Amino acid sequence: MRALRILLEKEFRQIFRNPAILRLMFMMPTVQLLFLPLAADYEVKHVNVCVVDYDRSPYSHRLVNKIKATDYFQLVDYTDSYDKALRQLARDEADVVVQISDGFERSLVRENEATVFLAVNAVNGVKANLGGAYMRAVISDFNNEVRVEWAPPQGMNLQPVIGVEAINWYNPLMNYKIFMVPGIVVILVTMVGGFLSALNIVKEKEVGTIEQINVTPIHKYQFILGKLIPFWVLGLIILTIGLFISWVAYGIVPVGSLLTIYVFAAAYLLAVLGMGLGVSTLANNQQQAMLISFFLMMIFILLGGLYTSIDSMPRWAQVVTWFNPVTYFIEVMRMVVLKGSTLYDIRMHIGIVLLMAVVLNGFAVLNYRKRS
Amino acid sequence: MTTAIQVDHISKGFTTGKEKVSAVKDVTFTVGKGELFGLVGPDGAGKTTLFRILTTLLLADSGSASVDGFDVVKDVQSIRKRVGYMPGKFSLYPDLTVAENLAFFATLFNTSLKENYDLVRAIYHQIEPFEKRKAGALSGGMKQKLALSCALIHRPSVLFLDEPTTGVDAVSRKEFWELLRGLQAAGISILVSTPYMDEASLCDRVALMQEGKIMDINSPQGITANFTKPLYAIRSRNMYELMRALQQHEAVESCYPFGQQHHVVFKDDRLRPDDIRTLVTPLAGDGLEVERIQPTIEDSFMDLMHQ
Repeated sequence: MRALRILLEKEFRQIFRNPAILRLMFMMPTVQLLFLPLAADYEVKHVNVCVVDYDRSPYSHRLVNKIKATDYFQLVDYTDSYDKALRQLARDEADVVVQISDGFERSLVRENEATVFLAVNAVNGVKANLGGAYMRAVISDFNNEVRVEWAPPQGMNLQPVIGVEAINWYNPLMNYKIFMVPGIVVILVTMVGGFLSALNIVKEKEVGTIEQINVTPIHKYQFILGKLIPFWVLGLIILTIGLFISWVAYGIVPVGSLLTIYVFAAAYLLAVLGMGLGVSTLANNQQQAMLISFFLMMIFILLGGLYTSIDSMPRWAQVVTWFNPVTYFIEVMRMVVLKGSTLYDIRMHIGIVLLMAVVLNGFAVLNYRKRS
Repeated sequence: MTTAIQVDHISKGFTTGKEKVSAVKDVTFTVGKGELFGLVGPDGAGKTTLFRILTTLLLADSGSASVDGFDVVKDVQSIRKRVGYMPGKFSLYPDLTVAENLAFFATLFNTSLKENYDLVRAIYHQIEPFEKRKAGALSGGMKQKLALSCALIHRPSVLFLDEPTTGVDAVSRKEFWELLRGLQAAGISILVSTPYMDEASLCDRVALMQEGKIMDINSPQGITANFTKPLYAIRSRNMYELMRALQQHEAVESCYPFGQQHHVVFKDDRLRPDDIRTLVTPLAGDGLEVERIQPTIEDSFMDLMHQ
């Protein structure tokens, strides 16, 4: 026990003597949480639209005005040359080209139908997709307006229409920040825990201090515990800072209890740190450890369900996410923060993460050899 | 029991890429209790590998070894408790202070500086004024002293010092060897390695190592006494020409530079200094000096290497 205590004492001393780590610990959550959610916005705004109006009639003007009136679109050009518009698309000045054909009004009035042609720049997939969808929504809205105006005075709707009304549970305003911020907190905790622990044992290898430790009679598990505990504490501190910032800056207060989050985080950190320490025992120098961790971290983050929905991933990717601890934490965070889930609701998640912790730490202890 | 270290036919090889390099080849020697034993050899002779095997950091491919009566494979924990190891590379925590490093290693061995102060006093006394300084900010000689203090803090019965004086200035080296004598007097058996031949004469016994093999084990006097061939120190104005001429001469067994002179070993031990002078004169230019000298450890080493 004395050995473990002095190991911990030494580890904390080294951490607090390293101003870079301390600065990073406070800077990272602050910057990531204050600025990233503003930038990582899923709503697409400022889609540049170029309208090619061959008709130039009152109705086509009405449609253009409607497009201009929304927040989502920015009219960059109003022209009568489709070629010119396409050139703008090629130069990336326009994202969407709307072509209103000659005789738009006439065929709308006479034949009760008219065509509008949409050309979308799909280089930026998300923008193209959403921009196109918005545009279709605007046009269909315009269509409805016109139909209401022309409907028989009795107000009888000749063609029955099914309207869909949706209610968004748990996040009624679909505020993406409530959805993103807890996820970013998870990424933060994972990065700090994963990287710091991965670099630590390797550093002792590089400096050569591990030789000196290896000739002492301390046990392997004591050494690993001496590495695990300090970063476990650091991880929980980062989590606290993250939750504090999301409360102050975004007013996000978990619907569920904080205790639930901390209990899960405690188990989760064991798994992440076990992975880091495992990497640390595998690598021979800090560069290797950094690259391996980076590789794993990229996969964990991209397949963690923060940026893309797991349900829409291909089957094999979904299988990969089962082995991704980040997936479970992001899910738990959202469940607790948005829905108020309790410890009982997340018992499966805790169980799986604890199992990961046992496997990964077991690997770290076994793979750390005092003798080569 | 009178042996501190027993090494029995130890071999160890490493694979680098496809090549297999054997670092230690069938090495056997014993170090007595309280002895100051030196492993002398150039870089790459296998000294560090041997140290790592004896301090339980590395497994040998074949052979057996024991330290203080404990087997290096089976009784690992017992050995770790009674052995002090100072690696060739400074390997204490540079971001911890002198006092913190010492306290850390003392606690890992379940002891304290106070308990063993009498043993480390002579060494620690010199770095005590810098107690609060970070170990990384110490000078080379001070680092060595701190490392030695840390290796001694648990009162080991056997001390392993891997090239403790490499990269240390001449004064500090001399001081260091005096400290080792003091530790020996306190009853500690010491195995020390060094690439410096002049330090070999400060040991009780030395093993000369070259390319993983031990060439000779003896007391420093014994090693030089075995060297019976005529050895001359020769110098002239044009040392380079002289060296080439001597190396090609049929009466010369070997010739190598030694400081400001060339040391030359002749094949025929009946040659007298006057014969040598007449033999060398035509080879050398002006300023020829010839002197018969007593062999040093280095001369013995060079001789053994050529055999």
